[in-house]
Amino acid sequence: MKIVVTVKLVPDTNADKRIDPASKRLVRTGVETVLNPFDEYAIEAALQLKDKAGEGTTVTVVTMAPESGKEVVRKALAMGCDDAVLLSDDGLAGSDVWGTAYALAAAIKKSGFDLVVCGTQSTDAITGELPGALAEFLGVPGLTYVRKVELNGTTLAAERETDNGYLKVSCPLPALISVTKSIGEARYPSLKGIMGAKKKTIAPLTLADLALDAPVGSVGAKTEVLALAQPPAREKGKVVHVADGAEGARAIVDFLKEKKLI
Amino acid sequence: MKTSNGVVAAPNPLDFLNLDALLSPDERLVRDTVRSFVNDRIKPNIGTWFDEGRFPRELIPEIADLGLFGMHLEGYGCAGASAVAYGLACLELEAGDSGIRSFVSVQGSLAMYAIYAFGSEEQKNEWLPRMASGKAVGCFGLTEWDFGSDPAGMRTTARRSGGDYVLNGGKAWITNGGIADVAVVWARTDPEDGHRSGAVRGFLVPRGTKGFRTNDIERKISLRASVTSELVFEDVRLPADAVLPNVSGLRGPLACLSEARYGIVWGSLGAARTCYETALEYAKTRIQFDKPIGAFQLTQEKLVNMMLELQKGQLVALHLGRMKDDGKITPQHVSFGKLNSVREALAICREARTILGASGITLEYPIIRHMNNLESVLTYEGTSEIHTLILGEALTGIAAYK
Repeated sequence: MKIVVTVKLVPDTNADKRIDPASKRLVRTGVETVLNPFDEYAIEAALQLKDKAGEGTTVTVVTMAPESGKEVVRKALAMGCDDAVLLSDDGLAGSDVWGTAYALAAAIKKSGFDLVVCGTQSTDAITGELPGALAEFLGVPGLTYVRKVELNGTTLAAERETDNGYLKVSCPLPALISVTKSIGEARYPSLKGIMGAKKKTIAPLTLADLALDAPVGSVGAKTEVLALAQPPAREKGKVVHVADGAEGARAIVDFLKEKKLI
Repeated sequence: MKTSNGVVAAPNPLDFLNLDALLSPDERLVRDTVRSFVNDRIKPNIGTWFDEGRFPRELIPEIADLGLFGMHLEGYGCAGASAVAYGLACLELEAGDSGIRSFVSVQGSLAMYAIYAFGSEEQKNEWLPRMASGKAVGCFGLTEWDFGSDPAGMRTTARRSGGDYVLNGGKAWITNGGIADVAVVWARTDPEDGHRSGAVRGFLVPRGTKGFRTNDIERKISLRASVTSELVFEDVRLPADAVLPNVSGLRGPLACLSEARYGIVWGSLGAARTCYETALEYAKTRIQFDKPIGAFQLTQEKLVNMMLELQKGQLVALHLGRMKDDGKITPQHVSFGKLNSVREALAICREARTILGASGITLEYPIIRHMNNLESVLTYEGTSEIHTLILGEALTGIAAYK
């Protein structure tokens, strides 16, 4: 069984984000690059499946990033993934979700897979569209927002989170899932894992290796960023006083209902 | 660090000299991993553990999973990491609490190291894998109630009796003593022909051995999230293979202490870093006289002095770590680091306390806890006075403590 985990390298989530007005892209220089925190859950899910399946199951990390991203990929290897594929090419710069999914799918097909595990979204662009697009390009069932997953032979059973609860679904392999935080906290890399990661392979891949039919990068982008704006400042919260009595309690209940918390 | 437009970025208040750049990617990953663990598992609860005077034993398997026990030893289930990686782990652990770092130091650098360096193959195979995986806890008994800085005067004896040894005496101030599955105990053996006193030898004493008991030391105001005990030996009969065969004399325990002291060179700076970061944040947000107290010159001077010593201390620690990895460190070098790190760390914590005012004395903030912990760190593993005299001897060639 070969499990592929897609990961993205993103600017440190705690750092202030700046946008370059000319390119309308996130400024990535001068900010530390880290593993997309949502992808750490994907790694955890894959490693849990590997732990259960035992011998013969491998986890390969596939990422599209500059060469300098190698050290961040090592963290995934230190956590327990077996090897990695690093797709790097200047021609990929400016790829939108379509181009990213298209190129990643080609890289994943090339390395082979039974199951692809993704995070639900990245902390930089936060489109949340990649898993669906990737499943489409791979031509396999795509189960998104999975909170629990089990493999029984060549069948995958999963629970998909919805706004109100969860759906129990299953599909045949090969397949793709995107997992939520509920899958379990990502494990820490162990010291032995860190020391051992040095010996694991990070295979380089370029666009030439993929021989894509359609252009990717900014040339091939199907979307265009028209305008950018700072998010609006957070509005002041509404205060409910004890003196509001039953009316206040009703306001709190209505608020929680509106947020679908109760 | 240069940004895209060629401008050198302003120094980071939390790493002013960009010491990060001096670490390898692996070292940074070790550092980041232990830091996340401490942030997730230790910092949220440590105030309570300290308050309750409880060592969180439930963390032992988690720390073992990280691979931190005996991480700088090779084989026997140990990770074989570098001295620098070990130091970084100590720093991050102690940024959480000196008591937690002490647990890891004693387990790895004192108990496991003693077995690793001086034990037989059977002893290593019996204990090291279990200790690395946290299934067995170790402690290290050298200090006695009446013999601290002067261990040569120890009264604990191991007399030959047939093929066995019989241990009598006691050890004091032993970290992990009450929870240890095995104690590495240093005792004086029978005098050989022509000698007034016998050599100091190391013994492995498993918990439950008849005549061996421990009493925990209560009412501590320092290292409260750590077990400190007295070990008592009353006619404890040990087989001949309980002795650590490959060392004789105080050289043995002193070599172990040098290992552990090296961890303190880094660790104490972790406590200082937490206090500095807390004070910096507090100074920027605490308003008095209509402005943040960080706007006052007196506060700024305090913060700057804290930062200077913290960065200098970390440079020394890293330099010593590189020397250790090159096999070029001496006990005197370690004394340099231990003396400087702990002294400055304690000064930084005390200075941080003055910035936080009354808030600095509660367990809601980490300051007083670190400050009190460092009072122990200042004197254990060689008091600052003894380290000063070791350095004094290194400079003058005259031993002032003899």
